[in-house]
Amino acid sequence: MTETEFFIQLLINGTTIGSYLALIALGYTMVYGIIELINFAHGDVYMLGFLISLTFLGILGVTRSLGGWELWVIVFGVMFVTMLVTGTINMVIDRVAYKPLRRAPRLAALITAVGMSFMLENLAMIWKGPSQINYPNIFPTIDILNDVLEMKTAVLFTTKDVFLMGVTVPLMVVLNLFIRNTKMGKAMRATAQDREAAALMGVNVENVIRNTFFIGGALAGAAGMTVGIYLNTGRYLMGFDAGLLAFTAAVLGGIGNIGGAMLGGYVIGFLNAASDQYLSSEWTRALVFTTLILVLVFRPSGLLGERTPERD
Amino acid sequence: MTPIWRSLTAPWRTLPAQRRQMLTWAFWTPLLLALPLVDKTFKWGIVNDVTDVLVLVILALGLNIVVGYAGLLDLGYAAFFAIGAYTAGVLTWPAHHLEWNFWIVIWAAVIIAAFWGIIIGTPTLRLRGDYLAIVTLAFGEIVPVAIRNMGSVTIGIGPWRLLTDFNLTNGVQGLNPVGRPWIGGFEFGFDPTPWYYLILMIAALVIFASARLQDSRLGRAWMALREDETAADCMGVDPVRTKLSAFAIGASFSGFAGAFYAAKLQAIFPELFKFNLSIMILCMVILGGMGNIRGVVIGGMLLQLFDRVVLTQTTIFARSVGEALHISPLATIDLSLWRWFFFGLTMVVVMVLKPEGLFPSAARRAELHAADEEAPQPAKSG
Repeated sequence: MTETEFFIQLLINGTTIGSYLALIALGYTMVYGIIELINFAHGDVYMLGFLISLTFLGILGVTRSLGGWELWVIVFGVMFVTMLVTGTINMVIDRVAYKPLRRAPRLAALITAVGMSFMLENLAMIWKGPSQINYPNIFPTIDILNDVLEMKTAVLFTTKDVFLMGVTVPLMVVLNLFIRNTKMGKAMRATAQDREAAALMGVNVENVIRNTFFIGGALAGAAGMTVGIYLNTGRYLMGFDAGLLAFTAAVLGGIGNIGGAMLGGYVIGFLNAASDQYLSSEWTRALVFTTLILVLVFRPSGLLGERTPERD
Repeated sequence: MTPIWRSLTAPWRTLPAQRRQMLTWAFWTPLLLALPLVDKTFKWGIVNDVTDVLVLVILALGLNIVVGYAGLLDLGYAAFFAIGAYTAGVLTWPAHHLEWNFWIVIWAAVIIAAFWGIIIGTPTLRLRGDYLAIVTLAFGEIVPVAIRNMGSVTIGIGPWRLLTDFNLTNGVQGLNPVGRPWIGGFEFGFDPTPWYYLILMIAALVIFASARLQDSRLGRAWMALREDETAADCMGVDPVRTKLSAFAIGASFSGFAGAFYAAKLQAIFPELFKFNLSIMILCMVILGGMGNIRGVVIGGMLLQLFDRVVLTQTTIFARSVGEALHISPLATIDLSLWRWFFFGLTMVVVMVLKPEGLFPSAARRAELHAADEEAPQPAKSG
């Protein structure tokens, strides 16, 4: 592998990691934008997306690579149902754990969020066991550069990479359009700016919060299933790691900022890929967390965020 | 509380606070001192477990300084425990040819843990509450990774090498053995009794320090900062020094616990100090009541009792019921797998229903419920 190929591979890996991180980061940033809560359990909703889609595939009896119309119907059908389920779960989490604490000090809600995350992880562990879980390899893997375009290169770029981006990027585009153009999107933006004022203007704030949790959960569920198809493996703790990475991405981009979360996702994705390749994968975790600390300390408003006055 | 309970405890509550405190101590001290003897007579074999619980209670008291008194949510407190334990390990591991005396090592662990408390505290001073929580969490994640990767440390500038391939922490295998304490010619060994008395002494010291700090100028400054940072700042409380001292003192407690734990266990691994441990300690603090020594001690012990005794006993009971009634899922149930679920549930339930904890301090209760009275409910809109 030459130096250039090495770098191109890094770009590809970074983009794939970044795509799903961005999708998870959106859930963090939307919830934080509206109720200023770090939804610690969000990463675990992503993990549930993985497990739930796995269960649906099991019910359908899918274990091998699919092709043709079957592939698209099953993948998108299961993804749609998974998104509904994880969205609902996220909404229920809000109803049970966060809604009673809307007026309590912010740390109280953060503590329940951590507690919620532990409950979900434990349930997942009991459900599917503590070891690595196999995910059926339903999406055919074809080496695009070597086999389709017949280039002689060591760079690996497969149909799965295309699939991952093909799912995550459109979802982000749709979310952006939704927030920019619909009435609910407008209500969300208004609530994020000033909850009391929005309520005075006739926005049903609780309804907006419910919707936000639903959308965030649905996106996380889609990310969970996509990663399952991409990596073919997962674990009950996968949500903790991915959640922290995605949260870092959300903060890096400027928390509360939708575009920022996507940008942050890709930056963290590249950082991850670069650290894996140039440094050592053992240090990747430490490096990402160091980045998180540095960003929080030196630029808490993130890359695209505005400076907010001290609030607590 | 029910009226019956109130009338029963009325004579107790009419006693002056000082008398009550004295009586409580007079009641508990002989019991705690006699525990190993009673344990031997009745063959309970619980001294070792009680010692481990006390280590966790000391950690909870340390975290209580940071979270309870100063109101800074620390999600990576296990890192300081790790630093305390590894300080003791590094200074006494035979391969390092240091093998310091335990009684010096334990103070070294305290100082180094406090030092790292300040190092972590400094960058977080500018942060809002929840960002601070995430930074401490990140730190708590970095420390075990760093320890795991410090099996061969090379420090050098260009061609000059200060250290080459130096095995500081022995990586994943961990440090084993760790030096034990000596008194005169007596070495602490496998008998849990001397360890129990040592941890009892440390616990007494930590409780005493917590109580004195609570009423000190510094303690009041912490609580002022917790309740309103801006107002406290205007009243002349230096936020920087006050917050840093909370981090340093809170971390120093875990230095004691870490050094003790390392010496008692004789082996330490990076895996012992994961995020779960931080959360368990936090859960102990929350259950009893943040910012309240009695609450943290009792709450911590209750949680440990639940974890170590109630879960296993209920499992045995549920299995016997399941076998008797031929319900197969019940007969093979293992409730100890659910421990983190119950810890999470504890955190959610306590925060939602009784955020001041089971044994609240008056000030904290007032603060946590202030919002109920002040904030008017927003009009229903649709």
